[in-house]
Amino acid sequence: MLRLLSLAVSFWLFLCTALQAQSLQDILQTHADEVQKPSRNSVGVVLDDLVASGLPQVVPFLEGWRDREIVQRSPDGQFFRLIEEGDVARLEDLDSGEMIEADAGAFKDLRPNGGVRRAIGNALVQFQLSDPDIAKRRAAVDAIARSMDVSQLGPLQASVEGETDAELLKKKQRLAGMLVATFGETPEARIEAIDALSGDLSVDVRAVLNTVLATTTKVGVAIPEGVNLAETLEVGADLSADEAYARLVEAELAPAPVTPAQIRAALVANIEGDTVGGVAVSALGSDVARAQAYDRLAATGSVAARVPDANKAEAVADHVFYLEYAEPDPAITDAAREALNDIESRVALSQTVDLGLDALSLASIYFLAAIGLAITFGVMGVINMAHGEFIMMGAYTGFVVQQFVPDYTLSIIIALPLAFAVTFGAGVAMERLVIRHLYHRPLETLLATFGISIALQQLAKNIFGTQARPLTSPEWLDGALVFNDVIAISYIRIAIFVLAVLFLILILFVLKRTRLGLEVRAVTQNPGMAASMGINPDRINMLTFGLGSGIAGIAGVAIGLYAKVTSEMGADYIVQSFMTVVVGGVGNVWGTLAGASLIGFLQKGIEWLNPSNTLAAQTYMILFIILFIQFRPKGIVALKGRAAAD
Amino acid sequence: MRNSFLAQNPSMLWFIALLAVFTIAVTLLSEVTGVGLISTSFVKTLGKTLCLCLVAIAMDVVWGYCGILSLGHFAFFGIGGYAIGMWLMYARTEGIVLDSLAGQPIPPTPAEISDAIGNQIFGVVGSSEFPMIWAFADNLFVQLVMVVLVPGLLALVFGWLAFRSRVTGVYLSILTQAMTLALALYLFQNDSGLRGNNGLSGLQNIPGFEETSQATISILFFLASAVALAAGYVFFAWIVSGKMGSVVKGIRDNEARVRFLGYHVESYKLFIFTTTAVVAGIAGALYYPQAGIINPGEIAPIASIYLAVWVAIGGRGRLYGAVIGATFVSLLSSWFTGGGAPDINLGFYTVQWTDWWLVLLGLSFVVVTLFFPKGIGGAFDYLVRKPS
Amino acid sequence: MKMKTSALAMAVMLGTTAIAAAECADPIKVGVLHSLSGTMAISETTLKDTMELLIENQNAAGGLLDCQIEAVVVDPASDWPLFAEKARELLTVNEVDVIFGSWTSVSRKSALPVLEELNGLMFYPVQYEGEESSRNVFYTGAAPNQQAIPATDYFLEELGVEKFALLGTDYVYPRTTNNILESYLIDKGIAKEDIFVNYTPFGHSDWATIVADVVALGADGKQVGVISTINGDANIGFYKELAAAGVSADDIPVVAFSVGEEELSGLDTSDLVGHLAAWNYFQSAESEANDAWVAAWKAKMGEDRVTNDPMEAHYIGFNMWVNAVKDAGTTDVDAVREAMYGQEFPNLTGGTAVMLPNHHLAKPVLIGEITAEGQFDIVSQTAEVPGDAWTDFLPDSAILTSDWKGLGCGMYNTQTETCVQLTSNY
Repeated sequence: MLRLLSLAVSFWLFLCTALQAQSLQDILQTHADEVQKPSRNSVGVVLDDLVASGLPQVVPFLEGWRDREIVQRSPDGQFFRLIEEGDVARLEDLDSGEMIEADAGAFKDLRPNGGVRRAIGNALVQFQLSDPDIAKRRAAVDAIARSMDVSQLGPLQASVEGETDAELLKKKQRLAGMLVATFGETPEARIEAIDALSGDLSVDVRAVLNTVLATTTKVGVAIPEGVNLAETLEVGADLSADEAYARLVEAELAPAPVTPAQIRAALVANIEGDTVGGVAVSALGSDVARAQAYDRLAATGSVAARVPDANKAEAVADHVFYLEYAEPDPAITDAAREALNDIESRVALSQTVDLGLDALSLASIYFLAAIGLAITFGVMGVINMAHGEFIMMGAYTGFVVQQFVPDYTLSIIIALPLAFAVTFGAGVAMERLVIRHLYHRPLETLLATFGISIALQQLAKNIFGTQARPLTSPEWLDGALVFNDVIAISYIRIAIFVLAVLFLILILFVLKRTRLGLEVRAVTQNPGMAASMGINPDRINMLTFGLGSGIAGIAGVAIGLYAKVTSEMGADYIVQSFMTVVVGGVGNVWGTLAGASLIGFLQKGIEWLNPSNTLAAQTYMILFIILFIQFRPKGIVALKGRAAAD
Repeated sequence: MRNSFLAQNPSMLWFIALLAVFTIAVTLLSEVTGVGLISTSFVKTLGKTLCLCLVAIAMDVVWGYCGILSLGHFAFFGIGGYAIGMWLMYARTEGIVLDSLAGQPIPPTPAEISDAIGNQIFGVVGSSEFPMIWAFADNLFVQLVMVVLVPGLLALVFGWLAFRSRVTGVYLSILTQAMTLALALYLFQNDSGLRGNNGLSGLQNIPGFEETSQATISILFFLASAVALAAGYVFFAWIVSGKMGSVVKGIRDNEARVRFLGYHVESYKLFIFTTTAVVAGIAGALYYPQAGIINPGEIAPIASIYLAVWVAIGGRGRLYGAVIGATFVSLLSSWFTGGGAPDINLGFYTVQWTDWWLVLLGLSFVVVTLFFPKGIGGAFDYLVRKPS
Repeated sequence: MKMKTSALAMAVMLGTTAIAAAECADPIKVGVLHSLSGTMAISETTLKDTMELLIENQNAAGGLLDCQIEAVVVDPASDWPLFAEKARELLTVNEVDVIFGSWTSVSRKSALPVLEELNGLMFYPVQYEGEESSRNVFYTGAAPNQQAIPATDYFLEELGVEKFALLGTDYVYPRTTNNILESYLIDKGIAKEDIFVNYTPFGHSDWATIVADVVALGADGKQVGVISTINGDANIGFYKELAAAGVSADDIPVVAFSVGEEELSGLDTSDLVGHLAAWNYFQSAESEANDAWVAAWKAKMGEDRVTNDPMEAHYIGFNMWVNAVKDAGTTDVDAVREAMYGQEFPNLTGGTAVMLPNHHLAKPVLIGEITAEGQFDIVSQTAEVPGDAWTDFLPDSAILTSDWKGLGCGMYNTQTETCVQLTSNY
């Protein structure tokens, strides 16, 4: 016995020394194939061996592997860390840290995929949770959050005490709470953890609670004792009779129904001469005849009998369909259900607010696109089909500026006034050359400006190509303003909203409070009278049109920042913009605001009703607008009195 | 009466005569007679151009005579195409399916046939269910009625709503454009039951004429299009002459005055709007079997705008103007975009017409509206009739 | 003396060209049916240039059957009916021997009836939704089982995705592909509730709500992955919104089937790094043939140009056609078609592409992660996968098969053992 024990001990010692003696390279070489082409499901073996070896160089290696710094030298298959300094590439020995010069092409990069990198991250967790480097600690916490596992609970709880960073400490505690809620040892601890989670709207907390509340569908004659029942399913309400019967068949509690395809196959297999089961083959072109023939075959016992509908209904009625929690302890599931219900009602509220924010953002985009038109079309009555192309010109101006000014913030600051200047100029030129001659022929203005629109669009294609061009927003506009885990809105949309509000104020100010605005209103209401008062209508028309066009240019920069710059971007907005102005009521900036809000909120509302088909939302929105205009031809904010005359 | 109608339209006789000569010439020079100077693909192009002329005449009546700038008439054209396309697709597929099922050991049930056809037609959009709107697709007569009925009804309802609310001028234009956009977006959805973006295709293969060569079929459709154009021309010439024509032109020039004279302006407008929509539908039903495919892109708002442009360039308020505009612009378009026009080398830059044709076309609208409001037809009048 | 020699040389040269011309009784014409204007021009012009490069190379290598190859380029202008018209023109007026062309499915379906009527031959180079096998078309792009299915397998196995968002532009390719994927995923045990499908119009830009919906999918603790068949420009807004919502490729990976090097070129790809794409070819593939091809392309078109998957499809297709013509000794369509079956040609990613009797290729499937440079890091490469014309994952087409060589039918019902039809569904 003692001998045996000593033998075992010595063997164990031998094993240990053998492991100790092994270098990292040796371990990697034994798993060379797996290291070269790792897969999420099989990489665990390598990781376990590496971690078990306890070598100090394992952690830096794993970090390097995850970050794709490890290469394999082609001739001998040895693994190295690639260190690139400028154009010089050198290989670092994984064990000794020795540097070797390397020729390009003498080694192959290892490219672990996303799943493998996640697995490596998980293996690193235990080493990194208390690492002095806060970035590594953060990475470890993120890795746990991505794939929670019972094995992480211990190390995580252990690392909570030593955590110095307040924010990270909070994260760790929260994560530990979630782990306890799922994997905690005593029901009391779990319930306590679950209660602590309620009120947290984040997706991962909901994920934890939903995992606790996971159910399986069951069927039986009656609900057995001791089952942690989640819900009894009503046939007809929760599941259809056919589904219910299919479940019975699956649970082998009822015979499988015979499908039409099976009937057909059986008939074909049993053709004897010209008949099947006594029915002429030529008569089998109907379901009734086929059923008849099949029943006769069934009567002879050569095929399985059909299940009459009455039997199906009876079988369904005789059984109970229910959902059972995977978690056996009702106390835990009750606590989780309560917490989840609480969270879900808050989530629903937040989602409504979020949808409202999205709608507001969409409305401000429509408003921005349409506000220039509100001036040229709404105030002056000029149909400018090339308005969309002015938006496009603004966006391309932004793109061109970014080619010369690499600093994104600066380039946007330059681009906004420049876009205004470019489109203002284009607008003035168009007014002088074309529109001025067509003031009394509005339908022909439509055609001429449409001609300009397709010419400009094609010109943009010839100059910039048909591919979408990037207009990159400055870094401070990246990301989103997060109110809670559900309500968030990207900064770029907020910026567009702010821009829209600014323009609303600016235009109201110009129209209502300045000399120019007074003259504009005078000229639009009665050009003859205005002229006799000493106002030059030509000049005013030119300036007004330029102003409207210039604003379109700025809108173009904003729209380009949030979406894309293409030669067709203007065409995407033109019909919408006209409808915004018409729905809102022509001749009134407030009307345009109302129109944009109506369209934005309506579109989001319809999208919410049918989230899988955005195109349908747009279709129905346009239909609604058509109907709306039929019943309120002057729009939401209708002008009254003389100004309203056509 | 008959006399005065002809007297008012001397151009009509000229037009019919020219069309007849042209039609006979093309037929004689086509591949059918063995001469082959005009290829089948060019016969198809000419046939399609005749259909475009027909819809352009309708557009001219509604805009040039009645003053309603409709930016939706190409939608009616498309609906006509879809209506006939449904039958063409269904009948052709049915033939194929019945052939393939004939070899089965037991005869197919109606449900199996319908499933197989559905699978053939809608397999491409990942479905095999027949949508409701295909209920009558097996019946040529019903679908032919649809060609007339659907555009007519749509125009009637839309026009009734719009004219009743006194939506006029540019508002009406934008509204018709919105209608076109809504229809195009609707058809773009796969759920529309008309194969979404794929549209209906293989329409040039006419069921029952499997053995007939495309050369013959193309000539038959060319002749049918010519007859339809001639009939449409006579019909509209008759409508715009006489008392009705005077009222319609009166509405264009001063709607309020005509209303005060006691005419029910809305009825006249509705009549013109609906009739032209029906003719547009018929033109579409003749066009798409020659094009071979119809898809929602065809009825995008831009197509209707082009229609207005043809009429503007050809000259509004004269029917032959619409014909000239449609022929001129559409043939020129296909010549330029088809690489027929030689590139111009400026040394530092080569002008490729495939790239620059649209710029030229766009600018030409501007020039025509600014300097030739009567279009090419107007210049033609000037030459022929010597201004008094 | 000098003049004499040059005159002599001239005479010799003239003589040789005369002989060559005499041997080349019938000039070989290759039709190129790609849009050079309109919305599809950006993608298709590249393929026209590819064809011109391939034909130049072949001519430099001595042409084909002692003839120089002449390219006949036409422009169908992204107008679907024009594809039918131009195809007819190419076949009857220009009398080309073969056509290389089309990008969108609808343009192919527009040209199909003409090709079948006039017995033409077309090579179609783009990934598509399958469910078709025409006697007159060779499909050198990927069928769903060569792109979508392996990418989904990668999601399931390598990334452990349990919940899928299938986002697509509303047209036939995404619709059919998503239908196939839905039924494939259900086969794989993913519940129907765990598959979220959404369609958006072309050029869609308002992605905030959809991205929020996708993020919310993770609420039940399952790993979410996005399979994107979003087309063209709309991708930009989508990836921007994902980045703005703070969603990285580690949180919710996106695999795209319509985003390649060409689409990424000139874009700021920092928002896209780590997201995936599945193709049969990436420019970053490591092989000598690919290095040579990329070098030739850049030499012709400029340093900043990139290569992509449909270009490789044309590269394989054209070379296979050349070899088939050499084997058949004629450009006659029926003879070439027979010679095409079993043609092998090394593809650019290493390995060999084989033309199958169902007119599809056997090609490897690659999955790449987008890098900051707008290229792809290849993280997975399968062995050659034979293209399947009729998918096995939709009940109606599972029973169909295509075998033009053995069965002489592109739509053969294996249950009833009959040929459903010889022409295609258009």
